[in-house]
Amino acid sequence: MTTTATTTSVSLQARDVHLAFGPNRVLRGVDLSVQRGGTACVIGPSGSGKSTLLRTLNRLIEPDRGDVLLDGRSVLRDDPDALRQRVGLVFQQFNLFPHMSVLRNVTLALRRLRKLGEDEAVAVARDQLELVGLAGKADARPAQLSGGQQQRVAIARALALRPEVMLFDEATSALDPELVKGVLGVMTDLSSAGMTMVVVTHEMGFARHVADTVAFMDRGVVLEAGPPERIFEGAEHPRLRRFLAQVL
Amino acid sequence: MDPLSTLWETFFDADAMREALPEMLTVGLPNTLLLAASAALLGTVFGLLLAVAGISRSRWLRWPARVYTDVFRGLPAAATILLIGVGLAPLGMRVWGPDPYPLGVLALSLIAAAYIGEIFRSGIQSVEAAQLEGARALGFSWADAMRLVIIPQGIRRVLPAWVNQLIALIKDSSLVYFLGLVASQRELFRIGQDYAATTGNESALLLAGLFYLALTVPLTHVVNWIDRRLRNGRPATAPADDEDDDLALAGAPEGDRR
Repeated sequence: MTTTATTTSVSLQARDVHLAFGPNRVLRGVDLSVQRGGTACVIGPSGSGKSTLLRTLNRLIEPDRGDVLLDGRSVLRDDPDALRQRVGLVFQQFNLFPHMSVLRNVTLALRRLRKLGEDEAVAVARDQLELVGLAGKADARPAQLSGGQQQRVAIARALALRPEVMLFDEATSALDPELVKGVLGVMTDLSSAGMTMVVVTHEMGFARHVADTVAFMDRGVVLEAGPPERIFEGAEHPRLRRFLAQVL
Repeated sequence: MDPLSTLWETFFDADAMREALPEMLTVGLPNTLLLAASAALLGTVFGLLLAVAGISRSRWLRWPARVYTDVFRGLPAAATILLIGVGLAPLGMRVWGPDPYPLGVLALSLIAAAYIGEIFRSGIQSVEAAQLEGARALGFSWADAMRLVIIPQGIRRVLPAWVNQLIALIKDSSLVYFLGLVASQRELFRIGQDYAATTGNESALLLAGLFYLALTVPLTHVVNWIDRRLRNGRPATAPADDEDDDLALAGAPEGDRR
């Protein structure tokens, strides 16, 4: 099964990204590279700057210094709203709009930003919901769904805009354990379908099996990055080894 | 006549009520409804603008909204109505003539806007920041995110308080009698008061009071109904499992999670 027709995914690079909130230097020169269609998993202790890094990649937070490139081209001078339509983001807490049906959650941006007609937007949304296994929930309100279902709606909502890159911010951390698998399944399918993805996660199984690159972040920098086998079997940095010892 | 039945006659004289009833129905009630409804409409629109200005990132919008709200919430309604109705009368004279009715509507609207603005602002500010982030992440501008996602949720949360404000507005509409309305413009209170003044019997005023209650008491029940729906409308518990799951979990990592 393919979750989406991703014909247009692009490569992504973050170069020397710096960001400080006041005296708190959250990102201290982050480099990250994902090839077109690749999946990078970002792991690391909480507070290491993983979520903040994701938000600088779609410029929900503007970096102080450094660059973000899609297909080798800097996006920092683009219109940030247009950029965010190209780079989808899925949140830990889903952030669905509770006052709208599942279907309207997915069609809202199609209608208002992509200017699709009602029928066309609904058709795209229904296809997308079908692909995450929730075609039957189109008329439900988000609060009537389980966390796992809500997260899959959030993924469908982001995918409906046909993004070229997808970012996942601990997409399964807020879910009950039995609901994690469904969401990871959707993400796995998306990765195999050739979507370029950056996945901040604590799911080491997912990182090991799905990622092309695993980056270990600590205190605002990527300490070590490489293919999953090297990170999980041959970690060099002592802090990474300590981290792995704790989470595995 | 014994004092008790005199007292009864003072408030519940059926003949006095019957005499006032036709004018209350044909003149007083329509005027009260017109005053309250038009002020509700204007006050809600202006209140929404005040709320948005009040949460704006520009201090040049925030400050005037703040000052306006403090002033119009802080003044007695009677004083505001007189100040506007009398003070702006020369201006009104040029625009639509000597009629004080529009100024009454304006004064009621300006007062209502101050309260409604605060109600809407608190509602909008109660919406979680994550909702704004969710909308911005889809590519919506700040203004679109506010308009489509944040403001509708915020207003929904404060609908009961908004209806309460409409109740206050119906009652405050009685104050425009200060402005000296002509016979056909009199609202419920003024008609009741006029009958009471000419007959020395309060029954007509009491009848006016019954009209107000007939309008306001159902609205208080509307408040309670909205309140209940807001609280119970969304089920608190979600289904425990993804029973509809027809996903092919190809390649889903399993057993490797510890």
